[in-house]
Parts: sequence; structure tokens; C-alpha cells
Amino acid sequence: MVYGLMALGLSVIYGVVRVVNFAHGEMMTIAMYAVIAMFGAWKIDPFLAVLPVAAAFFALGYLMQSGLINPFITRPEHSQFILMVAVAIIMVNAMLMIFGPSARNVQVDYQLESFEIGLLLVDKARLYAAGVALATSVGLFLFFKRTLVGKAIRACADNHLGARVVGLNVKHLYALTFGLGSACVAVAGCMMILMVEVTPNLGPAYTLLAFVIVIVGGLGSMPGALAGGVLIGVSEALAGLFITPSAKSMVSFGLLILVLLLRPQGLLGKKA
Amino acid sequence: MNRRDFNKAAAAVGAAAAFSPLNRAFAQAQKLKVGVILPRSGVQGLIGQSCQMGADIAPALIKDMLGVDVELMNADWETNIDVARTRAERLIQEGAHVLVGPFDSGAASAIAQVAEQRGVPFVINIAAAPPITEQGYKFVFRNFPTAIDLTVNGLGLIGELFRATNVAPRTAVFMHVNDTFGQAMRGGISATLPRLTQLPFKIVETISYDPAAKDLSVEVSKAKATKADFLLLVCRLNDAIILRREIVKQRWNMMGIISPGSPGLYEDQYAKTLGKLSDYAISNNPWYNPKTRMTAAVIKQLAKQFPKDRINNHGANISYTFESILIAADAYKRSGSTNPKQLADAIRQTNIVDRVSLGGPIKFNAKGQVEGNLSACVQNRDGTPRVILPESAAEAKPVFPWPDYKRS
Repeated sequence: MVYGLMALGLSVIYGVVRVVNFAHGEMMTIAMYAVIAMFGAWKIDPFLAVLPVAAAFFALGYLMQSGLINPFITRPEHSQFILMVAVAIIMVNAMLMIFGPSARNVQVDYQLESFEIGLLLVDKARLYAAGVALATSVGLFLFFKRTLVGKAIRACADNHLGARVVGLNVKHLYALTFGLGSACVAVAGCMMILMVEVTPNLGPAYTLLAFVIVIVGGLGSMPGALAGGVLIGVSEALAGLFITPSAKSMVSFGLLILVLLLRPQGLLGKKA
Repeated sequence: MNRRDFNKAAAAVGAAAAFSPLNRAFAQAQKLKVGVILPRSGVQGLIGQSCQMGADIAPALIKDMLGVDVELMNADWETNIDVARTRAERLIQEGAHVLVGPFDSGAASAIAQVAEQRGVPFVINIAAAPPITEQGYKFVFRNFPTAIDLTVNGLGLIGELFRATNVAPRTAVFMHVNDTFGQAMRGGISATLPRLTQLPFKIVETISYDPAAKDLSVEVSKAKATKADFLLLVCRLNDAIILRREIVKQRWNMMGIISPGSPGLYEDQYAKTLGKLSDYAISNNPWYNPKTRMTAAVIKQLAKQFPKDRINNHGANISYTFESILIAADAYKRSGSTNPKQLADAIRQTNIVDRVSLGGPIKFNAKGQVEGNLSACVQNRDGTPRVILPESAAEAKPVFPWPDYKRS
């Protein structure tokens, strides 16, 4: 679910703004460091850090889109690609300078605990994290389905020119969308820090994973991103259990190739 | 003076100059530039930083001991083998007389090729894959046990541990990182274990995993399912931390974790990150000898430069990295030259008896490999790795199984 939420952010941004955020994993890494900083300074639990970190990332995303990315919207895709890769590299190096190369994490009491349900042992932190990821995703769905702003954003995604003709402030809506996508990845980062240790170089691996998930689920499809996240997570776990743990990545990339061959638009994506 | 007299006089002056001690003093007036390549960032960053401390204390200590000026040229290979190769090239271009590092077999293989092509001596501090010194290289030297030696020493100590604690586990699950080092260790264990008939256990399953893995829950659940008595582990640092946490989460009841010879379990960061959970893990590793004069000098210098750190938490990282620079400086002193060929010839003649690490004198065989490096059985106790075997060097009594174990 956390993978799904991370990919959901990427999918939302691409679905509306049509810019692929190649700094997505790096943004999640920054969110993880933000949680570590808050935990170190004030002992704020990662679950309580979700709101302030998500709000800060919403603002960061909004500013990035309106100040940096907007001028590139109409430029060729390779310009957008170089821009986002440059942003990612700057982020990694800034994190290296500020936090150093060492792996860091937070340690909370429930992190090593698990629920015993019959023969099953369910990791507490993972279960809570999945709950938060699910709640955030449902919130985002409701926002896009039920609110006027959400509907306006969907209108922009469906027909950019039409949205401008009817008087929608497209630039503002794009920035809002980028902010929402960034907030999603921030929430995912808050949850992820309970499960993995963070280093500045962690970002590219997560960017790649997010891509695999959204391509499998369907680029631009919100339910597709969530379904892709769950599918990749479960298939990796099963491959590890029944084949060999080293085959986990092989299976997820195998799935990616299969989807690209048989259903290029992704499992829940629409044909262009 | 006629032409013949002049020639004779010139030859005499030339010969005197060539063999004069002044010449040697002049040659040594320059510094020995040592290119230190370590993984100071990336997955192995913490271990690289630990090794770096062994390098950082070397110049002052070596100046005191040998009167040789050593200049370190530090490079970070970022736990990326391609970067290791380019850093080695660059250090040589920038004038390094000798290369030292890199705490990894894959990186060592890559740097060895560069060193051999460029004809610059390369003294490996830590890397165990046997093929590195089996290639017929002339400029590559290793003062560290090969994976075969590590496993023979490590498995031998496991036998001693079981005898000392009166325990005879019957089964083990073997988990190992799937990098060059891990594969070499796997090969070593497969080759050695069947011959060690005195060991009471057999390996019921072997599970390899990526050292950069962020989640090892599947691997641990698979290992737990074997119901093995203990975990035989060849790991790095980050994965060792993730594994230990996962063992607690999955409530895996076993006798304990024993490494037959790998980093991870004794590292400072392992104890800092895991706290009490780091206790009772056992590593049979190349280690420093607490009883030599050289070790005393290293501990003193460490306290001076790194007052917050203790040698216990850096074990082989500090001792072997320091020794590799010592080997280079000693060769430089004897050869009186920074010429790579002469330095390599001098390294080949090394005979350092008083050393930091456990084992016999540092002497290279024809392949450039030091034989006779030994391991110690080290157990974490109250966050500090303590030697528990061999008895002659023991600082604490062995505890096995660990206190968490519930006999069924």
C-alpha cells in the first residue's frame, strides 16, 4: 500500500501536468529525513509527523511547479526530463551535504512488534503504515471526485484547452496537483522510514520502483497506481518465498515487460 | 688533469653519490603518497568510514615508528565498482605512489586490474575473494585472509565455541550476501564444511540476498521456516541490522547468530542502531591482537585523534587498514624510492613481526598473499565486541545459545 501511495503521487502528477517527476524517489527520501529530524529534535512519532511533513511538501510541490516546472510545460519532453533529473541530482547532493552518507532511521517501540493472528504474524508498523496509505489514497480519490477543485483539476487533465476556455486557472491547478502529488510521496516517506533505513542515495531506486508500479498499473490512473503497488509488493514477496529471494526484482521487472507487451497502457490505464 | 683522469674522477664522484646515505636521505625527503580508496558513502559507507580511521591514524604513527612521511590521498568509491576503477585511475594520475583499500572483493578486483596495467603497487586492506591473488599479478598484495582461510578459521572457531559452551546444534540455515565476497564465502564454506567432521551441525538451507536490500522479511521467514538451530550469517552492515530487526519481528526462536567471517555484526553502527538487540551476536573474524606493542600504539593514537571511538567497534577495519599503509611505508623506507617497481619489490620482501592484527608475521608469498592471518571469536556484550575465543586472548566467557532462546 505504501508503494502504491508513492506511485499514486507520480501518477497524479503525470496524469494532470503531463510531466514525469524524475525526482519522485528523492522527494520521498527528503520526507524520510524530515521525519528523522523531527523525531530527533522533538521525539515526534512518524505517524504524527505525517500532517506537518505532508503540508510542507504540498507547499514545496506547489512552489516547484509554479516557479520551476511551469515554464517547461510546453517545451519538448527531453527538456522536462533533463530538468527533473537535474532537480533529483541537486536533491541527492544536498542531502549528502546536510545529512552525510550514513544510513539513518527512527526507532519507536512498536517497530519491532507484531500481531499474532492464528499462524500469521503481522508486522505492526507495516499494518499501521498500510492503513495510513489507504486512508490517504481514499482521501485523494474523494477530493478528485467530490470537490470542485478536484473536478477542475480533472477537467484540466482531460482537456487542457477546454479548461482554459471556460476560465480555469490552469497554472494554479497544475501547481495544486504537483503539491498534492508531493504530499502523497511525503506521506509514503513518513511510513517508509518505519520499515527501511534512509541514505541520500536511496532516491533513484524508489523513483524506478514508482515507475515500474505506475507503468504496470497504468500511467495516469489513480486506481492503477494503487493496484500496481499491491501487485508488485505481493508478487515480490511470493517470488522470494517460492522461487528464491534474489529473484524478487526479476519478477517485478518481468511483470513490467509482460504488461508492456500485452497491455501497453497498463492494467487499469486507458488507451491513448 | 687529462681526459682520462677527469673521467675517473667523475666516475668516482658519481659512484660515491649513488651509494651515499645522503642519496637515500634525499630520496626520502619526499613524501610517500598513499592513495586510500574506501567506500565512504553508499551501502558500505559506514564500514568505509570505519576503515578510514585506520588510515587517518597512520601518518602520525608511521612518522614516529619509521620516520617516514606519509601523505594520504583519500578517495571514496561510493560502494560502486565502476567508481572504484575510475578513482584508482585518478589517484595514479594525481601521483599516488601506492594504492590501499578498498574493503570489498569486487572493488579490489577492479582496482587490481588498474594497478597492474599502470604498474603501481596496490596493497589490499580487506577483501577475501581468492581469485584476486591468483591472477599472477605483480603489483597486487593482500594482507587479509582469503575466503577459504576465513572459513577454515571461522568454522574451526565455531567448533571451539560449541565445545566451550557444551552445546551441539544439529542444524544451521546459511544466509549470505550475494556480492563477490558473499559468493566467495559460500564457495569456501561449501568446500570446507564437509571436511570438518568434528562440527555437529549441517546446513539445511542456503539463502542468498542482495546486500543493498531494504526489506528482508521474505528471506527471514524462509529461514525461520527451516526451524534450524542457529543462523550462520555472512553479511554486511546495513543488511545485518535489517535482519536482526526482522528476526525479532518474526519471533524467530533460535540459538543465535554466528558469522564465520564477515563484517556487520561487530561494527559500531550495529550496536548503536540496535542497542540491546546487538548483544550476543558472534563473529569469527580477523581481529586485532590486544597484546602487542603495535596495538597499544594504535589504541593510543586512536584515542588522540578519535576520542569518541574505541578499537573494539572497528576491529579488523582499523587494524588491517593501518597495516596496509604500514606495509607501504616500510617498503618505502627499505627501498628508499617511490619508483613503483622498486616499491613493489620491497613490498614482496616485507617481514613485519610486531603487528596489530592476530596472526604470524606479515610476509607475502609468491602470489602476493600473506598467509597465517588468524581470526578471533568475538561476541557483542553490552554493546561492545569482546574476544571470547581463543581462550588465550579471551576478554569474556562465551554465551551460547543467546538468552532469548527458549528450548522447546
